Amino acid sequence: MTIYIKTLLEKDMREDGRKLDEYRPIKIQYGVSAKSAEGSAKVCIGETEVIAGVKMDIGKPFLDTPNEGVLMVNAELTPLSSPEFQLGPPDIESIEISRVVDRAIRESKAIDFGKLCIKKGEEVWMVFVDIYPLNDAGNLFDAASLAAIAAIKDAKFPEVVKGKVNYKKHAKGLPLKGTPISCTIGMIGNKILVDPTNEEEKELDARLTIGIMGNKICSLQKGGEKPLSIEETEKIIDLALKKVKGLEKKL
Amino acid sequence: MKLTKRSDGRKFDQMREIEAKVGVVKRADGSAMFKIGNSIAYAAVYGPRELHPGHLQDPTRGKLRCNYNMMAFSGSGERVRPGPNRRSKEIGLVTEKALTPVLDLSHYKNMAVDVFIELVQTDSGTRCAGICAAAMALADAGIPMRDMVSAIAVGKVGDKVLVDLTKEEEDVEEAVDMAVAFTTRGGEVTLLQMDGIIEKSDVKESLKAARKACEQISKIQMEALKKKYKK
Amino acid sequence: MGELKVKEKEIVVPGEILAVGMDFLPAGGTFREDDNIIASQIGVVNLNGRLIKIIPLSGKYIPRRDDVVIGKVVDLWLNGWKVDIGWAYDANLSLKDASEDFIEKKSDLTQYFSYGDIVLTRISEVNGSKIIDVAMKGPGLRKLIGGRIITIVPSKVPRVIGKQGSMINLIKELTDCKIFVGQNGRVWVNGLDPKKELIAVEAIRKIDEESSSEGLTDSIKLFIEGRLK
Repeated sequence: MTIYIKTLLEKDMREDGRKLDEYRPIKIQYGVSAKSAEGSAKVCIGETEVIAGVKMDIGKPFLDTPNEGVLMVNAELTPLSSPEFQLGPPDIESIEISRVVDRAIRESKAIDFGKLCIKKGEEVWMVFVDIYPLNDAGNLFDAASLAAIAAIKDAKFPEVVKGKVNYKKHAKGLPLKGTPISCTIGMIGNKILVDPTNEEEKELDARLTIGIMGNKICSLQKGGEKPLSIEETEKIIDLALKKVKGLEKKL
Repeated sequence: MKLTKRSDGRKFDQMREIEAKVGVVKRADGSAMFKIGNSIAYAAVYGPRELHPGHLQDPTRGKLRCNYNMMAFSGSGERVRPGPNRRSKEIGLVTEKALTPVLDLSHYKNMAVDVFIELVQTDSGTRCAGICAAAMALADAGIPMRDMVSAIAVGKVGDKVLVDLTKEEEDVEEAVDMAVAFTTRGGEVTLLQMDGIIEKSDVKESLKAARKACEQISKIQMEALKKKYKK
Repeated sequence: MGELKVKEKEIVVPGEILAVGMDFLPAGGTFREDDNIIASQIGVVNLNGRLIKIIPLSGKYIPRRDDVVIGKVVDLWLNGWKVDIGWAYDANLSLKDASEDFIEKKSDLTQYFSYGDIVLTRISEVNGSKIIDVAMKGPGLRKLIGGRIITIVPSKVPRVIGKQGSMINLIKELTDCKIFVGQNGRVWVNGLDPKKELIAVEAIRKIDEESSSEGLTDSIKLFIEGRLK
């Protein structure tokens, strides 16, 4: 419980001097694991740092989508990045981030999964995206999403020689139709704030993460225990649509 | 087999390029990054803090716990399945043993000092990179230390003792691969692991070569530590 | 006979030899090994006659009796409260030490201190590392209303306060803020104008980051005046 965050918000101020609808400075670095990953990126939102890497392999498609590639998104909240994360199998927080990031990418149809098919029903490309925070200073949802899509953007197919993957050589990039971006907005009392820090996250009454591609909404995830009115929800979505324009420019 | 040169052009006693930075994880009590060649290790220290479960506590002094993990995309071949495996658990153990001798944990009775090592990219020499990063991170965290620790992998390839082996060199038939850690001032061995079969004289020569390399590494570690605070 | 290997205010790292010979005596942050005095923490060299000590540049606050610290109330129970003071273990504030009033056992404790309250308190007892008692009886000890908390390295507390309070008073005057600096590295800042409060916070963070610069008071003055424009 941090009382002063609420008192500051009553004056429309935040701890770090930002406006309520302002993101912290965002930096994206590509190819941070270029010698091993097919694609990789590190995203910094203020002091929050997240790294994502793409590995690809050939595997069997799912039964119900025999001519589509497979995407798997996995986020590990490693205890390196925060005193609050524990060792062990992914807890519900990691699982939520993994699934929310996955949803935005999958539902946006940004990756043309058909183009990942090698032999219908038998061989398709599997795209693994693994996400690790390096420092949790709040808003891992957005940093993880940005890192994932940046890593996918950076990714190149490994060469295939006689049906086997040769990781030493890479060819062209993944077939990307667009870049879905996520924007996380929270509410404390009746104040709406963008890009919450750790301390602000602890005080959030409600949180909405919106996945957007172009002008379309491709995923929604509400968190927090307080309900949102329809009006508040619409206001938040409008704000998100505005904010992602700025995020997209960083990619 | 007579070895005349190394495939990447390095001298026999030359290490790959090293980069070291301290204070890279702001939330941690101490942190550092150590890069050697293409191996990149991050280390973060949290502590002293409460040790759970209670039965693991030591009432006479604090406990160092090290966890080593490779990020799924950090290997040059296939994806590495996330989660601890036997190899990473063993590396965590030897890392603990490599660092505990220099730490003064007497004021942290019943508590833990936790070190988390993550590999962003791996290209041989990773456990040594992890130890170098962890040593800097512990100093950054203000944990009292009697000495610094540096680690390097050396080995016998053909008829030569080589410093900082690449994966290629490790894979040469009958190559011997040794991971060693030394304390800086004391020159004492705190990590010693070896794969292969060699003569006693080769062990001596390898340890000498490792000590020289570790002296160079410790200078880089010290500089990185001072750089963080010298604004 | 003895030889000093380092200069005053030099930054040293663990394991570095500071002096050779029996002339010098090891103080905080250093230890003797045979003939040498060696640093055990990363910090700044401080010489005082024959004593060599290190002022650490990092490290958690270790509770000491009689330190006045800033804590946060994190729990209530039958016999008192639990206060987070930035140590691995929370401190105990028992009913009898909480106030000059006599507090009855069954009374509503939240009227005195409740979850999230920030308190200026004194460490009354340290028993091993786990049992730390704090007390609120004493001049100036009380709940701090409003404002915000930032955390600095505990060894930087004297710098933030300054000689006879020169630094902290400078910041208070220029930014119109009330400020308390706890020995545990927690600083409470409360300004009527939130923008000025943020400037005070930035100034304190700047002091925390500068390890050993001369003329720090002047540069902080310039910094605050610059930001106020």
